[in-house]
Amino acid sequence: MNEKGWRQKSVGDRTFDIALRILLAIFVIIVVYPLYFVVLASVSDPLLVSKGQVLLWPKEMSLFGFQKVFEDTRIWIGLRNTVIYTVLGTIINMAATLPAAYALSRKDMRGRKTVMMFFVFTMFFNGGLVPTYLLMQKLHLVNTIWVFILPFAVNVYNLIIARTFFENSIPTELYESAALDGCSDFKFFVSMVMPLSKAVVSVIMLYYMVAHWNDFFTGLIYIRDQKLNPLQLVLREILIANNVFAAGGTGGSLSSYDQMYADTVKYAIIIISSLPMLIIYPFIQKYFEKGVMIGAIKG
Amino acid sequence: MKTFSGQKQISVRKQEPLFRNIRKRYQLWLMLLPAILSIAVFNYGPMYGIQLAFREFDFTKGLTGGEFVGLKYFLKFFRSFQFTDMIRNTFTISFATLILGFPVPVILALMMNQIRRTKVKKTLQTVFYAPHFISMVVMVGLLNVLLAPNTGIVSSMLGLFGININLLGDRNAFVPVYVLSDIWQHAGWNSIIYLAALSSVDTQLYDAARVDGAGRWQTICHVDIPCLTPTMIIMLILSMGNILSVGFEKIFLMQNSTNLTVAEVISTYVYKIGIRSNQYSYSAAIGLFNTVVNFVMLITVNRISKKVSDTGLF
Repeated sequence: MNEKGWRQKSVGDRTFDIALRILLAIFVIIVVYPLYFVVLASVSDPLLVSKGQVLLWPKEMSLFGFQKVFEDTRIWIGLRNTVIYTVLGTIINMAATLPAAYALSRKDMRGRKTVMMFFVFTMFFNGGLVPTYLLMQKLHLVNTIWVFILPFAVNVYNLIIARTFFENSIPTELYESAALDGCSDFKFFVSMVMPLSKAVVSVIMLYYMVAHWNDFFTGLIYIRDQKLNPLQLVLREILIANNVFAAGGTGGSLSSYDQMYADTVKYAIIIISSLPMLIIYPFIQKYFEKGVMIGAIKG
Repeated sequence: MKTFSGQKQISVRKQEPLFRNIRKRYQLWLMLLPAILSIAVFNYGPMYGIQLAFREFDFTKGLTGGEFVGLKYFLKFFRSFQFTDMIRNTFTISFATLILGFPVPVILALMMNQIRRTKVKKTLQTVFYAPHFISMVVMVGLLNVLLAPNTGIVSSMLGLFGININLLGDRNAFVPVYVLSDIWQHAGWNSIIYLAALSSVDTQLYDAARVDGAGRWQTICHVDIPCLTPTMIIMLILSMGNILSVGFEKIFLMQNSTNLTVAEVISTYVYKIGIRSNQYSYSAAIGLFNTVVNFVMLITVNRISKKVSDTGLF
């Protein structure tokens, strides 16, 4: 649509424009300010923060919070574990989801609708917590790293997104002509489909990565051994149970003076633990809408 | 979600027999195998264990060895003193999230769709999506520091207006804090699906609206919103199907001794009964009740929607 000049716009449209801008500005402030405040508070003097005097820019910069975070071995262990779980888990997820999604997108494969129903049913019906827990116990997955990596390798929602993408963007003719040249299904998937599907591959990879990185539930239910703790369990210990200082073990109630410093450490931890995902997604953002999400609606 | 089940296209070519097709397409079936195995083991496997809800759990005899007790544990749940509270809490939180949270992404998408300059639009999207990538633990941790009485910035700001309320401790603050922070975190992300739907609106409709002399506001009302309606209905059906499964993680993390009377919901109770106090059968029964209510809800809303508006999941 071509932009009309300001003068040509009707009074109604001009009012609309102004209202739109103001409203958007308010929304941006609501979303950004809390995040910005966390950054401010993490590098400012704790006393000033707790008095509410740090509002727009940092005051009396100090890196006390970050220093404490880097000294805390719990965080390092959690971080290391979570990186391992995220990398291995995502590899398994991708290896199980993408080939299946492609197979289900092929119209010349019989029985694909039945298989699809088999998958989709699990989106709306499940065994529940206790039966799942007992199954994991039986498979000897409880309290091992495998419980983060192997189970639920396929997220049906992601599978549908990928399948719809393949259906819409890999033309049948392409396969037919490749097949005439003697190309097998397997080879076609690896050498043709994958390179043509960077958009959907990166989006789904992001979804799986974020899910692993932020996963708190699995650790809570299945992990007893502290050495296997994922980052999110360590974060709960610090941010919510308030056991901020590793050695102290005070937990729960700190004096208000100590609590100020504890809060600074918390702000620093929030930044360090969220940063990896916040840095990655803008690179993949351009694919979110294009075809990928539309696939989810139509799918 | 319409095509895979609603699709009734009949292929013109005659289909070859299943057996021959499988032999010819065995590589495709091999590609499907890991996914089928994973779903069969981890999603269907636990369904076998549902029978536990109707049996005593016997550690020595395993899952299926216990004595059959019928509806004992369901009745125990219905008669327990927490039952009404828990159902009420679950519905309150669900409906509040649904009713207050549903319009915001739509409004956000309609507004973003009005922005012509792509660079501005992209930046705004990056900003609005950001909170979605924060983990639940961090989100609740964030609430704990920002809303803390005396030291938290939100509390100090409210104090300026003479409002003194302990946002973390007061029972009445629990639902508003839960719902509003949920909107803050997810409204931007949830707007993607509507933005995608808006980007596929036929531009001829806009041209026609302009020829008819419609301003931008009228165009939104008469072109954009009608085009979004099917998507809105689908999203509504999906959320109705989850009406009893309010997010476990967030509620669980937000619970404390003072708000438990309003913050105990079915999923957190299932966890406490099942995993913490090992009452497997009882917990399985409550879990099954939850799943069945959700399932029935989904089917019902879908059927109503199909009758009224001809849009449905299946």
